[in-house]
Amino acid sequence: MLSYLLRRALYALPIMLGVAFLCFMLVHIAPGDPLVSILPPDASADLQKQLMELYGFNRPLPVQFFSWVWRALHGDLGTSIATGRPVAGEVIKAVGNTMMIAALATLIGFAFGALFGFVAGYMRGSWIDRAASLVSVTGVSVPHYWLGMVLVIVFSVKLMWLPATGAGPDGSDDWHWDWAHFQYLVLPAVTMSFIPMGIIARTVRALVADTLSQEFMVGLRARGLSEFALFRHVLKNCAPTALAVMGLQLGYLLGGSILIETVFSWPGTGFLLNAAIFQRDLPLLQGTILVLALFFVILNLLVDILQTVFDPRIERG
Amino acid sequence: MTTTITTTGDTAKPLATPLRSRGHGANVLRRLVRNPQAMLGATVILILLIMAVAAPLLMPADPFAASMFNRLKPIGTPGYLLGTDELGRDMLSRLILGARLSLFMGVTPVLLAFGIGGAIGIMAGYAGGVLNALVMRTIDVLYAFPSVLLAIALSGALGTGIGNALVSLTVVFIPQIARIAESVTTQVRRSDFVDAARASGASALTIVRVHVLGNVIGPIFVFSTSLISVSMILASGLSFLGLGVTPPNPEWGLMLNTLRTAIYVQPWLAALPGVFIFATSIAFNVLSDGLRAAMEIK
Repeated sequence: MLSYLLRRALYALPIMLGVAFLCFMLVHIAPGDPLVSILPPDASADLQKQLMELYGFNRPLPVQFFSWVWRALHGDLGTSIATGRPVAGEVIKAVGNTMMIAALATLIGFAFGALFGFVAGYMRGSWIDRAASLVSVTGVSVPHYWLGMVLVIVFSVKLMWLPATGAGPDGSDDWHWDWAHFQYLVLPAVTMSFIPMGIIARTVRALVADTLSQEFMVGLRARGLSEFALFRHVLKNCAPTALAVMGLQLGYLLGGSILIETVFSWPGTGFLLNAAIFQRDLPLLQGTILVLALFFVILNLLVDILQTVFDPRIERG
Repeated sequence: MTTTITTTGDTAKPLATPLRSRGHGANVLRRLVRNPQAMLGATVILILLIMAVAAPLLMPADPFAASMFNRLKPIGTPGYLLGTDELGRDMLSRLILGARLSLFMGVTPVLLAFGIGGAIGIMAGYAGGVLNALVMRTIDVLYAFPSVLLAIALSGALGTGIGNALVSLTVVFIPQIARIAESVTTQVRRSDFVDAARASGASALTIVRVHVLGNVIGPIFVFSTSLISVSMILASGLSFLGLGVTPPNPEWGLMLNTLRTAIYVQPWLAALPGVFIFATSIAFNVLSDGLRAAMEIK
């Protein structure tokens, strides 16, 4: 197993390099000059050349790539063209904010999704099962940015229970774990939770149904185990896969939060990406995407490793 | 996946394949028609298609005619059945015409990725060896991005526009389809009838065309249809962000974006375009699920 884990970890390295290459190329597939957003339209050729040299855009591509990777390894993701601040700092702050909604959304989604999935898997064909499958198909089909708008309309505009946008009563820089701040987190996290809820409900339902139909369940029942004891066996059989799906969902939500953050003006990575795209701030775009994608690769790796370690049924040679 | 693989030794007669596939197709269709959910989905999609095709006949007003005096009329205003948008344009007409761009933007990337990703996957799966490793590891890199992030990264870098959004979404779906195509092709390649065909001297191209394609196209197609729902949400999402479709063209995601500012004035009106995205997405999802069940693909 150790050799498998080692190979799995080593396999992630070329993927990471590939991901970095793709992020690097983003700047170069973009049409026009990467410096267009800071240069005035009447800038002289000299000034343009000077800036090209300053940002290193005049060097050959392979050189640019490896020096970019080298600096990224040392925590330097370059300088934002729009603000002149280091990209790394901005990204770290934003990732923290996005992590709050993504983690909360994953927890809510997992709790309800697993509940629906279990009930549906136990009572296959009943009306509860049909309702649960309706919930799961809705969860994966709903355009979440629209769902966010609908929740804002219901809970902010009509009922006025929760704030519609932002990340705190006094700006977004000053977060505290109290209700005054936490209430800003509720709508974005609930909106986001519908995605994992649908997927986890679907997965758990299939897992439970599959486990219940296996012969060892008949054997256990014949030995006179109580329903609760049987339930424990079902739980143990489903937990590794369900938890793995949950882990991956966290990665998807972290990377896919831009639409929801736009609806709620949440100051996370999505907000940063939005600013980067519309101010044509390519180093910021590049850096943010790199961090999110690498996070996803590492999360995948961790989930795989944990699954191998904790699920004795998986034997990987 | 195994049910679509027929294991007859009869590989020399090309006529046998179309006859059998028609029988299989009729079976699938019969099972699909008996599935009420799938039929409901198909009906919704049919209505949306009619909206898109016959939009000029169905629209009660000019979808581009703005009026500063008729801005944000509520749903049910006489003369404006579904109200007016932030520029005073008739919502119903814009929603009907919006079906064209919205469906086009959602379905086209999946079609393109079905062709390109399917071809890449079948090629890699059939070739095996170094070529397979090379292609699939490249695909793995693209697959390492969450789809929303990759779509936004690419179209963000390429800039606003319908073409750029289509390219980005196609690139997002190619690795997903190629992976499925590769895995089913690898399975089929190992079956006896492929060995028999090779032993009887058939060229690689003939084997792929006659023996492999018919067995793998079903699962690849069903998987691709399951992506249309995601593609609709992502395509409208790009327009919602201001990438993708540009004003004044009506597209549901873009309409949702421009109406967002009116959320305190006419909340339900502002949410209306999203209902159409949701309906389309869920319709494609249940139809795809029905198709999967009818074709008995796991």
